[in-house]
Amino acid sequence: MGDLGCDVIQVEKPGGDPPLILGPFDHDSLDPQKNLFWLAYNTNKRSITLDIEKPDGKKIFKRLVQKADVVLESFSPGYMAGLGLGYEELSKVNPNLVMTSITPFGQSGPYRDFKASDLTLWCLGGMAYVSGDPDRAPVQVSSPQAYLHGGAAAAAATLIALYYREIAGEGQWIDVSIQEAVVHTLMNVVQFWDLCGIVLKRSGAFRTGLSTAANQRLIWRCQDGYVNFPIYATAGGAQSNAKLVRWMESEGIRDEYLSSIQWEVFDLSSASQDQFDRVEGSIARFFKSHTMDELYQGAIERGIMLYPVYGAKEIREDPQLMARGFWSNVDHPELGEVSFFPGSPFVFSGERQNIHRAPLIAEHNRDIYCAELGISEEEFVTLKEGGVI
Amino acid sequence: MAGNALTGVKVADFTWSVAGPLTVKFLADHGAEVIHIESSTRPELLRVLPPFRDGKPGINRSAYNACLNNNKYGLSLDMNHPRAKEVLHRLIHWADVVTENFSPGVMAKWGLSYEDLVKIKPEMIMFSTSQMGQTGPRAKVAAYGTQLVSLAGFTYLTGWADRDPTGPYGPYTDTTLPHIGVAAIMTALIHRCRTGKGTYIEISQFETALNFISPVLLDYAINHRVATRNGNRCVDSVPHGVYRCRGEDRWCAIAIFSDEEWGRLCQVMGRPELATVPQFGSLQLRRENEDEIDRLISEWTAERSAEEVMRILQNAGIAAGVAQTGQDLLENDPQLAHRRFFQKLRHKEIGKHYYEAPPFRLSKTPCELTTPGPRMGEHNEYVCKKILGFSDKEYNDLMTDSVLR
Repeated sequence: MGDLGCDVIQVEKPGGDPPLILGPFDHDSLDPQKNLFWLAYNTNKRSITLDIEKPDGKKIFKRLVQKADVVLESFSPGYMAGLGLGYEELSKVNPNLVMTSITPFGQSGPYRDFKASDLTLWCLGGMAYVSGDPDRAPVQVSSPQAYLHGGAAAAAATLIALYYREIAGEGQWIDVSIQEAVVHTLMNVVQFWDLCGIVLKRSGAFRTGLSTAANQRLIWRCQDGYVNFPIYATAGGAQSNAKLVRWMESEGIRDEYLSSIQWEVFDLSSASQDQFDRVEGSIARFFKSHTMDELYQGAIERGIMLYPVYGAKEIREDPQLMARGFWSNVDHPELGEVSFFPGSPFVFSGERQNIHRAPLIAEHNRDIYCAELGISEEEFVTLKEGGVI
Repeated sequence: MAGNALTGVKVADFTWSVAGPLTVKFLADHGAEVIHIESSTRPELLRVLPPFRDGKPGINRSAYNACLNNNKYGLSLDMNHPRAKEVLHRLIHWADVVTENFSPGVMAKWGLSYEDLVKIKPEMIMFSTSQMGQTGPRAKVAAYGTQLVSLAGFTYLTGWADRDPTGPYGPYTDTTLPHIGVAAIMTALIHRCRTGKGTYIEISQFETALNFISPVLLDYAINHRVATRNGNRCVDSVPHGVYRCRGEDRWCAIAIFSDEEWGRLCQVMGRPELATVPQFGSLQLRRENEDEIDRLISEWTAERSAEEVMRILQNAGIAAGVAQTGQDLLENDPQLAHRRFFQKLRHKEIGKHYYEAPPFRLSKTPCELTTPGPRMGEHNEYVCKKILGFSDKEYNDLMTDSVLR
């Protein structure tokens, strides 16, 4: 929402909230202000500290709410209401308020008070079970994802409610479930059970969910890493497959079986495992004799649907991202200048939205409390000494 | 349909596959009037991908396609027919928002670029999304999310440290776009309310996906470290894993974030003595002995069902969750049932089947799942006559001329 131009004030406990997710950190320091997760997801915001559990803190919070369009919170269900700061109370202070509550499972129901982490939500949302190698445990993505889907869903919901408020003049309370946001990453997994009684399983470097007849390799080794190449059906895919075979032939790799396949009629969903195994053999040998770069370049030139398996280093060097001005230059007083800060995905009428660094904890206390809320210097000092701000 | 948040918002939806249709579905779920335009001359990918009712393929039988397009009207239009522009012209006049996710240049070829649209309707909002974005040297490189998953780092980051990467299931990057897309479209609609001006929104799926691994990208930018896959391990939690339980391929995740939680875990496992073992006494020490700890936990979980493990640990205030299957989600999850996340709609060819609510509920204007994903051209007559204002004769001519097919 900050990236979209909203004036977002991050409210934390005096001293800063304990981070939900630790690490990685800048040069492995444990300073919460150098937590890279926090730095990445608090850009384009201002920061104040406020103890909303103290009576004076509650009063100040309500004054902020009076001026706000939106309150967004991710405490456990009932915490805000327990402080007298639930939607019911806050909507008395500001009748048009949109309040968005993000929780693991939603505000009601049998799992309402379940403890959760990114991993347990990835599991309960169904994504883990279909990810990873078949002979080992279901796996996460090794950088937390579930919370981010919950956050993106909350932004979408909040803006829907803001539009409705624009039209109807009425605020409301939004209940976001992170578990449900994870279920929305599942594509056709639930429908496979619903329509066909099939439980889709994880299949490692192979592709599942398109055929029940065979495993189709997706991730292949090459000389210096891995590439992603699915054998595709449909008109576009058939061309891609045929072009790869021609490329192989031009380098002297002849495989009678491969050359004999009519890709336009090759039926992905019914081809047998034996057919796929025979298709794979010489393709695998060809990929192993080339680097990731050679294969990607060659694929682009020839119109073959092959992508490299990138790590952070290759992503940073990617010419498409450079050409589009994806990366931001962000100057941070404690980190110094970071020249490859991930940019905003929003490009409106040709302009990419700017990224301004995450605030330091309490950086805007004085601006917001004194200049914007009109708290006197004397009162400011008292609140600070009382641990309210 | 009073009571819906987006009543009165009109969307001409040219999207296909996953990311685009799901973005627009969330608008349709909240009452936006959406006409989904497609063509039987080139059925979209998801109409030919499973699952199909009874496993029998057919362009109106895929639930993969249907579930991303509920609450939308279906219009089939041969975009390459010379008379298609008669229909398109009225559609553009009608629409507040045009959405599309073709390769860059396809809409322009049909005379539907943003520049073309604003000539007809200056306040138009257009939402274009593609794999690589509309500009740049690789804008037109063809691919699906299945491959973008690898380019955007997710394949590399998913799997086991001692093995080849695997990636998360399916065209995962497609799911990093829809909420960001909705937020962008709503922002443009609010902007139009306040200024009367339209917006051209351009979003690259590659870039939305990278926003889901920003910490990994910063770790490289700042610390020059390339993060890699590490099973289910986590920097600030030990033990942190998915453990085998009783039964066929049943698993439960457990995440311990403090010494105190570790003590409670040892208690409920009936091994209180482990809590005082010095080599397990801190996060750092548990990290050094993580394999041993995982083995001890697995001994305990292997004798219990995944649901029982979750229940025992949740009762002790420990984060735990079953690795649920498609079947579990639909049939065994009381939380999703309580929230009516899955709702049945009757599709004329697939029959009754489950659709998904958005992951959020608006208290005064909740989502409503009303109609199933349309069959090809299901609403041609309604759309042409009732929405676009064609007469009976004009509609019949369009049918006879095979403009609508």
